[in-house]
Amino acid sequence: MKLKMTAIAALAASSIGAAQASEVTVGMITTLSGGGAGLGVDVRDGFQLALDMAGEHNIKLVVEDDAQRPELAVQIAERMIQSERADILTGIIWSNLAMAVVPSTVAQDIFYLSPNAGPSALAGANCHPNYFNVAWQNDMLHEGAGAYANELGYENTFIMAPNYPAGTDALAGFKRYYEGNLAGELFTQVGQTDYAAEIAQIRASGADSIFIFLPGGMGISFMRQYEQSGVDLPIVSAAFTFSQDILPAVGEAALGVFNASQWSPDLDNDANAAFVAAFQGAYGRLPSLYASQGFDTANLILSATAKADVQDRDAFREALREADFTSVRGDFAWAPNQHPIQRVYIREVVEVDGVITNRIVGVAFDEHRDVHGENCPM
Amino acid sequence: MSLALVLEQLLNGVQFGLMLFLMSAGLTLVFGVMGLINLAHGSLYMIGAFLCAALAAATGNFWLGLMAGIAGAAAAGALIEILVIRRLYARDHLDQVLATFALILILSEGVRMIFGPFPLYLNVPDMLRGSVDLGITRYSLYRLALIGFGVAVALGLWLLIAKTRLGIQIRAGESDREMIAALGVNIRWLYTVVFALGAALAGMAGALVGAIQSVQVGMGEPVLILAFVVIVIGGIGSIKGAMVGALLVGVIDTMGRFLLPRIAGLFLDTSQAMGVGAALASMLIYLLMALVLIFRPQGLFPAHG
Repeated sequence: MKLKMTAIAALAASSIGAAQASEVTVGMITTLSGGGAGLGVDVRDGFQLALDMAGEHNIKLVVEDDAQRPELAVQIAERMIQSERADILTGIIWSNLAMAVVPSTVAQDIFYLSPNAGPSALAGANCHPNYFNVAWQNDMLHEGAGAYANELGYENTFIMAPNYPAGTDALAGFKRYYEGNLAGELFTQVGQTDYAAEIAQIRASGADSIFIFLPGGMGISFMRQYEQSGVDLPIVSAAFTFSQDILPAVGEAALGVFNASQWSPDLDNDANAAFVAAFQGAYGRLPSLYASQGFDTANLILSATAKADVQDRDAFREALREADFTSVRGDFAWAPNQHPIQRVYIREVVEVDGVITNRIVGVAFDEHRDVHGENCPM
Repeated sequence: MSLALVLEQLLNGVQFGLMLFLMSAGLTLVFGVMGLINLAHGSLYMIGAFLCAALAAATGNFWLGLMAGIAGAAAAGALIEILVIRRLYARDHLDQVLATFALILILSEGVRMIFGPFPLYLNVPDMLRGSVDLGITRYSLYRLALIGFGVAVALGLWLLIAKTRLGIQIRAGESDREMIAALGVNIRWLYTVVFALGAALAGMAGALVGAIQSVQVGMGEPVLILAFVVIVIGGIGSIKGAMVGALLVGVIDTMGRFLLPRIAGLFLDTSQAMGVGAALASMLIYLLMALVLIFRPQGLFPAHG
């Protein structure tokens, strides 16, 4: 219904403003149902908010739910490219879905702008001129967590992540900077809801701390069960497991956890203050880092459409490379593999006026870039 | 690998199995008595969890929430039976699958419209928080309580089916539907009651498990798949089979996730072993199901002898 209305509105707009630069069709494939729905909803809402705040523009947004299933995401991508004539695809949350969709999309001379997933396989030798990652390469924030674990004096950490590309990237990223011993290393299933077997092994491992990467509902389940288990080891993590989309459901169990992020709601710059206030005004909740990434992705597209016609792919690509937009995370620059070079902060989960959220307590890296870019021929 | 760790994993497996039993008992009863494949059983689990979370948040009392979850799921079950399922008994299994799959979509979207796409907060009741010392290891008090709860419900269900008039009718319904209708039992009423009973058990499982997992739209479907595995292993229609199947699946899944990566670690380096072990562990219960289907296609405890 909503889609139909957008289509009609777009049709009306295009017949009136036919003299302007051609309309940009953006296809958003994201997760709007199941355990990962919170992430996709935030990316979509952040993206939509940026379009709304920009006012008049000629971007047509088509949104579809991938239900976190790779085969469905591939079908939707094909349909968006063939039937909707999409110029740009975006929105994918999960790295296994990105691996299924991105290579064939960029090969058809369609741009893919990632607002979340950043698998290592697409950042190195398989980088592509039409693929831009606006968020981060997967390893990045986990590298921040690894570096901070050293600073906290952890020497025997138990590490755990789901068994999919972003999970292997997470553990690899953590280990790249962490200098202590590993008390244990575990892969769980994607979408797993019961962590009793893993918690038992953490208890028996003699670890002095744990590192976890469990985004969405997985993080809620783990934290709830961990709190009740009587294991009381400190947790260090990346922002995904302690993000605003799940903190209200995790509750006090998350308080005091340090997590690495490129963004935080309390980040002190004008663009971010305006974004957080506008998001709260529009949706009645605090934005998560996913919302900030959706917002930045939309603003990057808007900056490029102001400079070039999307039908001229080379000119539009150059406009995207200029990254002439104000990111809510502060300074933003591309590495040669078209992944961001950015500051990675350390945040702590705190309670402010009855709301559980994150506050910045330090910086893990300044101008951090991913290691895979070295293998990228661009 | 210490004794304490093995004991804790066994407890985890039993607890997981008992919660699976609550789910599969209703599924197997409905199939046994009415010959109906109900894919929407997972949605009733979700409804139980959401009602529990909503009422617990409003009143601050988990137990009130649990009551609401059970009653609400039972009511939803009865309503679904009267409005939709009743028309499907005489139809092909494929029609039933289609209709109950549609119910999944409708109920998930309905819950999302009412409660929103973000997970709800539901915490364990204060009296069951924290962990207890079992001598050689500490264990979550709430999980211990779940084991006790599961055993009590299983006993209650056995008494209901073995000792009451309703139980006799249910067993008779499983053996010969036409005959008990001919003997003057109100079969329509019996079907509604059995469906609501199954729904109540699913709602109870959802509410109980919701306190230590994530209360979110779609939470029922992964459990539904496991519940189907359980009833295929146990024998479709058999409560005893559901019990044995659920415990088997619970313990084998937990032990597999724990032991297989270690066994793989004897041959491979740590990272690889973890990946291979985790992948094998996630297949284990399906392998068990395949073996049962090859050697005992009727399941371990077939309902009709």
